[in-house]
Amino acid sequence: MTRYFTEDHEWIEVDGQTATVGITDYAQSQLGDIVFVEVPAEGTSVAKGNEAAVVESVKAASDVYSPVTGVVIEGNPALEDDPALVNSAPEGDGWFFKLTITQPNELDALMDAEKYKAFCDSL
Amino acid sequence: MSESEEVTELEKLPLDGWHRTRGARMVPFAGYEMPIQYEGILAEHEWTRNHAGLFDVSHMGQLIVEGDGAADALEALLPGDISALKPGKVRYSLLLDENGGILDDLMVTNVTEEGGTPRYYLVVNGATKWDDIAHLREHLPDEITLAHLDERALLALQGPEAAGALERTMRGLTEDFGFMEAKTWQFGELDLMVSRSGYTGEDGFEISVAADQAEQLAGRLCAELEVKPIGLGARDSLRLEAGLPLYGHDLSPETDPVSAGLAFAISKKRREEGGFPGAERILKLLADGAPTRRVGLALEGRAAAREGAKVFSGDSEVGTVTSGGFSPTLGHPIAMAYVDAAQAAKGTELELEVRGKRLPARVVPMPFVPHRYFRKGASK
Repeated sequence: MTRYFTEDHEWIEVDGQTATVGITDYAQSQLGDIVFVEVPAEGTSVAKGNEAAVVESVKAASDVYSPVTGVVIEGNPALEDDPALVNSAPEGDGWFFKLTITQPNELDALMDAEKYKAFCDSL
Repeated sequence: MSESEEVTELEKLPLDGWHRTRGARMVPFAGYEMPIQYEGILAEHEWTRNHAGLFDVSHMGQLIVEGDGAADALEALLPGDISALKPGKVRYSLLLDENGGILDDLMVTNVTEEGGTPRYYLVVNGATKWDDIAHLREHLPDEITLAHLDERALLALQGPEAAGALERTMRGLTEDFGFMEAKTWQFGELDLMVSRSGYTGEDGFEISVAADQAEQLAGRLCAELEVKPIGLGARDSLRLEAGLPLYGHDLSPETDPVSAGLAFAISKKRREEGGFPGAERILKLLADGAPTRRVGLALEGRAAAREGAKVFSGDSEVGTVTSGGFSPTLGHPIAMAYVDAAQAAKGTELELEVRGKRLPARVVPMPFVPHRYFRKGASK
């Protein structure tokens, strides 16, 4: 399994044709306390760079973009009752959705962990 | 890469370094770099509701209006009965334009010394203070002086344990001191101006201190175990729960005191006599009722409606949300909106449009969370 990152602070962990998407620890620390998450329903088509989910902190609502194009398999049901999982485990139990990847070549443009760390350090 | 030259010059608060040392995240607000949060908005919100929070509100404008006839001069600009305001008393009021539109909301305190020249202390919003100063300079008569106390910081200590912490620090200060009262206080070398007031719905105090002594005072207050520094983020969620409007969002020149639900700020004498800006229009709104009203909305579910969300009753658009967010105390989102008067009654079922969806909401009375101000003589 390989994990990639976007400049919008999403992560995507790829396992064959399927992948799991969430927001990074950096993103959750910038957003602050998460009080609501809206994840896409099963069967939703998402396109690379387009809005796929919504995350709300006390202060504001933010869009979460899909790192690649695909079809949603599952939204994380745990976030409905416990949106704070995004704060406590952003890169684990606080994942947003799983999808089937339809354009695997889109992964090539994403950052690996080392590049993403350098990217965050430059901000 | 080229560096942009057009970076807005942000001012630093007197406590800038103090905030950063305590781990604050600083963001631009009202022309200043301000602490939005320290440990997190939810924790800070709950701390203030249960203990005491120290807020740096030094971005706000502190003004002195002084001179014989100062009360009358202020009454020409505000709808409050300033001449009836006794020394040591604080009143909420509104700076109005000629049409009765709201230029700012503010606190006015009579700080006249015994036998001295009439003197009033005004605290105005940070984002509007320069416009307010210009407006006051233009409209106050020449014999009335206006001073901007820009060498002073302003700290707010808010919460049910604020009085205990403050009394332990400055023994005797809270004696015979009710909500919307003010006094000067000498604390060591610090000349303080303290009022029992605030913007959280809790009991609390606002303390004006010389900017170069603000760090001493903030450090001393935060040494009390009940007191933690609290950022702007929690200040906003606390005031929203308390049903208190935020200028620039819930109040603007397009809103008037009656629509805004602030008719209490128009004193009885002023209703009878008029003579404040926009009096004709405002007195008519008081008599006939305003066509739109600021209301509180409780949302079902967890998705919040933010400023700008449209309000619907069936297919008809009946208003706009001006503030909204998650209420940490209630555990669901709340909002303030201006809606048509016909939809403003308590219990009215409405819908808010958020990201193309309709969220159900119900008109509820404000404050959303009861105020717990300290009234002298009232049982606890």
